[in-house]
Amino acid sequence: MATGPRSGPPDRPPGSAPDITHHKKRYGERLALLGLGGSAALSVGITIAIVVALVRPSIDFFREVSFSEFLTGTRWAPTFADADFGVLPLITGTLWTTFIGLTIAVPLGLGAAIYLSEYAHDRVRKILKPVLEILAGIPSVVYGYFALYFVAPVLLKDLLNLEVGTFSVLAAGLVLGVMIIPTVASLSEDAMSAVPQALRQGSYALGANRMRTTLRVVFPAAISGITASIVLGLSRAVGETMIVALAAGTRAQIVTAPTGNGQTMTGFIAQTATGESSPGSLTYNTLFAVGLLLFVITLIINLIAASIVRRIREVY
Amino acid sequence: MATIGSLAGQPMRAERYGDRSFGSIAFLIALWAAVGFAVLTLGVLLVDSMLDGAVRLDGALFTRYSSQILPETAGARAAILGSAWVIAVTATLAIPLGVAAGVYLEEFADPKRWYNKLIEVNLTNLAAVPAIVYGMLTAGLALSIGLERRVVLAGGIALALLILPVIIIATRESVRAVPQEIRDGSLALGATPLQTVWRQTLPSAVPGIATGAILALSRALGEAAPLLLLGGLVFVNYDPDGLFSGFTTLPIQIFNWASQPQLAFQQVASAAIIVMLILLLMMNALAIFIRNRYQKRW
Repeated sequence: MATGPRSGPPDRPPGSAPDITHHKKRYGERLALLGLGGSAALSVGITIAIVVALVRPSIDFFREVSFSEFLTGTRWAPTFADADFGVLPLITGTLWTTFIGLTIAVPLGLGAAIYLSEYAHDRVRKILKPVLEILAGIPSVVYGYFALYFVAPVLLKDLLNLEVGTFSVLAAGLVLGVMIIPTVASLSEDAMSAVPQALRQGSYALGANRMRTTLRVVFPAAISGITASIVLGLSRAVGETMIVALAAGTRAQIVTAPTGNGQTMTGFIAQTATGESSPGSLTYNTLFAVGLLLFVITLIINLIAASIVRRIREVY
Repeated sequence: MATIGSLAGQPMRAERYGDRSFGSIAFLIALWAAVGFAVLTLGVLLVDSMLDGAVRLDGALFTRYSSQILPETAGARAAILGSAWVIAVTATLAIPLGVAAGVYLEEFADPKRWYNKLIEVNLTNLAAVPAIVYGMLTAGLALSIGLERRVVLAGGIALALLILPVIIIATRESVRAVPQEIRDGSLALGATPLQTVWRQTLPSAVPGIATGAILALSRALGEAAPLLLLGGLVFVNYDPDGLFSGFTTLPIQIFNWASQPQLAFQQVASAAIIVMLILLLMMNALAIFIRNRYQKRW
């Protein structure tokens, strides 16, 4: 029997598995593995960096403007001589565009999802899914152009005879809704397609027709995925910038009617960022205070969504 | 069983299942309306941009710089070159990092460890952070490392941060789709786990990763919001010539033109929109081609 270190059976009790994992230390591999892990850890680093980047100028901002004035003030005029820093006008602007957007996107997105998942023939689905993908791939600045130069003047003013100006939260919100339709539709469709066929068969066997089966069986079974899709649409609506920057207007005011001109949080950030604002100035810090608020709001929305999905998820 | 299963998946004859009732038909019409609305909007949007921009789809659009005083002959030369530079930087940064992170999470990370769980939760949150926040992050980063905000490198970093989660998710999905037997075979032949990933798993996953990466880059190409935070990107009338050169991009230029009240600016904006949409369509077609041509079905 050979006695070299690498040949022949090693000394081990009969029946146990050979230890093949600790042959030789491969430092190159360790280094590569460290690199891979480091890349993954970088994503956590990005989140920390976002928080630091937003909080640092915000601290300077709140040294000059009190917290309660920022959150409860009703006049937003950060660059005026008699400056006011009440963020409520921006929040109402965001609420309006988001509300109008979801009013469009939720029913239409869910309708498209139900049709694609429960009704459409394979051939029809093969045509419609790419249409939704194209709709999802159109840059938001193009949607903004469409809102400003088609929806507001042609659709709302000429065709529907509404009293809208060049800028309105209505035009921005409507187009925002169109932009979010694919988000709601494709995630909801995934959720409904994942409902097992046996549930539908059971429903048909009990004499329910297709509509009843869809609404009473498939829809409730897929509700966690559908909720997730709506919440993702909501957080996209809150964070969307280019459409509202182009079409919603630049007058920060408490918006009382959808035809009104109103600035959103993201619209303010976009408008101020394109102007002159040197780092360290109050204007620059204001930008980051609003950005921090936006980040916190979307974070809360996402956390709520995650907990809803966890609580009502049905596992098949 | 198979016949029942496939029957239920097929559209069934309506009258047998009571699908002819008034409510059912109204419901189906509502669904058609929802789908029709999406298709119609896409059509109107495309036709509207075409009609507005057709008059300015000329040579000047590609060869001339933007102009504040002469919108009739303003061009998107600087914006097209700037977009190319920024997307190149974005790809160089985001693809290697995203693929490395995706491979780690799928092949090496123990999902029970708290730090790997943290990375998972963090990724889903990052994917939902508004795009404009990545611009603020980049502006803050640039300030603290002393980099000029309005250069190509800063723009590339901003867009790379934006699409990193997308690339990580695409990588994970394609790596997960590689069958376990391939890994087992490689390990049984004596390859180390890393050699297995490098020589077997990753090559099999390349088509999926490439598709995901191209789609992510096409999103970066159309994104303007994060770049707005880098400040003053619209008055560029020179070709960008390096990482530390000033730049503008197509969506930024379109945003600037669309914000001007004159009709001539509106026309050149929609001409630039047509160019951008054609570029995006080409990237998407390439992604679909790669998916259909090279993706392995196991």
